[in-house]
Amino acid sequence: MTQPTATGRREVALDEPLRPESSLPGVTGARRRRGAGGRGAYFLRRLGSYLIVIWAAVTLNFFIPRFMPGDPAEAILRKIRQTTGEPPSASQIASVRRMYGNPTENILHQYVDYWVGVAKFDFGVSTAHYPTPVSEIVLQALPWTLFLIGVSTVVAWIIGTILGAVMGWKPGNRFDSWFAPLSTFFHAFPGFWIALVLLWIFSITLEWFPVSGGYDTSVPMSLNNFYFLLSVVYYGALPMFALIFIGFNGWLFSMRNVMVATVTEDYVLMARAKGLPEKKVLFSYAARNALLPNVTGLAMAIGGVIGGAVLIEAVFTYPGMGYLLQTSITGHDFPVMQTVLLLLTFTAIVANFIADSIYVLLDPRAADTN
Amino acid sequence: MFTGFLHNRRVQIGLAAFGLCAGIAIFGDLILKVYGFGPLDVDYDYVASAPLRGGHLLGTTISGQDVLSQLIAGARGSLAVGTLSALLACTIGALLGVSAGFIGGAYDTVVNAITNVFMTMPSFALTLIAAGYISAAGGPGSAGMGWVMMAFLIGIFEWPGMARYMRAQTLTLRGRDFSMATKLLGEKTWRLVLFEIMPHLLGIISARFLAAIMAGILAEAGLNFLGVSTGGVISWGTMITNAQNQGALTLGFWWWFLPPGLAIAVIGTATAMVNFGLDEVTNPKLRTGNEKVVRAFLRRQRAEARAEQRTAVTASN
Repeated sequence: MTQPTATGRREVALDEPLRPESSLPGVTGARRRRGAGGRGAYFLRRLGSYLIVIWAAVTLNFFIPRFMPGDPAEAILRKIRQTTGEPPSASQIASVRRMYGNPTENILHQYVDYWVGVAKFDFGVSTAHYPTPVSEIVLQALPWTLFLIGVSTVVAWIIGTILGAVMGWKPGNRFDSWFAPLSTFFHAFPGFWIALVLLWIFSITLEWFPVSGGYDTSVPMSLNNFYFLLSVVYYGALPMFALIFIGFNGWLFSMRNVMVATVTEDYVLMARAKGLPEKKVLFSYAARNALLPNVTGLAMAIGGVIGGAVLIEAVFTYPGMGYLLQTSITGHDFPVMQTVLLLLTFTAIVANFIADSIYVLLDPRAADTN
Repeated sequence: MFTGFLHNRRVQIGLAAFGLCAGIAIFGDLILKVYGFGPLDVDYDYVASAPLRGGHLLGTTISGQDVLSQLIAGARGSLAVGTLSALLACTIGALLGVSAGFIGGAYDTVVNAITNVFMTMPSFALTLIAAGYISAAGGPGSAGMGWVMMAFLIGIFEWPGMARYMRAQTLTLRGRDFSMATKLLGEKTWRLVLFEIMPHLLGIISARFLAAIMAGILAEAGLNFLGVSTGGVISWGTMITNAQNQGALTLGFWWWFLPPGLAIAVIGTATAMVNFGLDEVTNPKLRTGNEKVVRAFLRRQRAEARAEQRTAVTASN
């Protein structure tokens, strides 16, 4: 069955993309036999490796303050004494000692105690905002960062991947040879410097956007309040744009480079020979297969994205984890510092898990490899 | 492979730009003497003046210090931290990656697991926390930590990418015929690694080293911006930070905060170009045709087609 298309060519109804693995003899049969069980086993295996990362992160968090010069626990107690004007109670001393080191106690015993504290989500009290519990402060900041990182990563990834696919489709053409060096140049700027320039142009000079903050403080803070949500979008626009601008270049290049290799594959030639529209060959045949490394990259890039977000939040005084981290470091608020690091690591692990899951859904072969 | 890498035009431009920055970093004192303004000298007649006034090519800061001379002095501060951290990250990464790829087995599994753990963790936040503890340990009012310490902290959390890359490269080299031949000749393993495998990895290591320098410069600038200071050492990062802290943005002193960012971008672009060149050498599919040659060829082709048509037309007449 053939039908004429707008270009006058005849499009064969054979437009189901030929996936490379299905053209290999024997692979399809083997895959069918394993089926969904392979996928489940894969997730279990990945979960195991994430548990190791979580264990390592908590352990590192346990050891960092204990290996640092000048007894941080003592510094925290001193700080509490300064802010309250009276010596901390026995239970407070015990709590601080548990989280930040006790030279008189057995290190193994301390380690077990520490895990108990983490499991109860008890990280002690902030020294800068004494006596607010750290968990309360940190949980207030977390949604802002998740919002910022989540949206900007997804948007930057989509823009970068699509542009990269178009660039790699015809490497060396005018779009590619102009945009590639330009994008390289933009990618080389420090992210927070770009944010500063944006702040200078759009907030200070043009006064289109607010200079700092994450929402309009004159509006009641509630998720049901439409004006509050609107102000969140308005205040978040510039930090979001900065993060997207910083992020998309990396995706663009990795996509372009894989795409350049993919367009020379036989199945792309086949699709062209069938006379399919160019757009269809580009996106359903070449880009679809070139996409996989970019999905793997998504998991590996999360750590860097978080680092970038920390700086961007500091530039825009955005009320998230990054800004909290900055203020806690300049204020030597160790409990907050430590908890922010732990939660950022958890965020990275969850993001990794999501990226891994997408990868398996896109490429069932990943679940098969042992 | 290494010579082919040096013949690539992008690599040449990148290396030239990088060399220029390195030259400025090394001979900074000499250049400053010729220029006439020291980075910390205060010119009371031209405080916060725009570029090109009173001999200050890039203007002055709010306290009357020359921006260009700070930029020149900052090259050394930035590159020193970047280079030292890159040296550390590349050494750890190459040692772990090559040994894991070569030895394999349980050792490889353990090293790979550690690499994955460090890759998943947000390394910048980790560096920041460690830096926070160390600068706090100096007590209130301390000048922060030295640049060597800063470079050490950046390098120690930056090796995982290098390790993973080197491991993958070693795995492909290990199975080649020459490795087998060397083994069959009864050579020692360390000789095989150092004299047979390493030369193949040299190009990749050096390009990665440049990228690591860049990452170190960015990390230093970021840490500075978040309040971890290196105690009086001028770098491009401290310039941006000082400009921001002293209100250059709100006052609109663009000549103060734009140059250091641009300087970092120049180094970054140079590094990226070298890496592109390397990609093209290791992966020939990425090589794009020289646009000028291609266009000249197409023009020639069209001209010939036209000429042919004309002769065909005259012949039919």
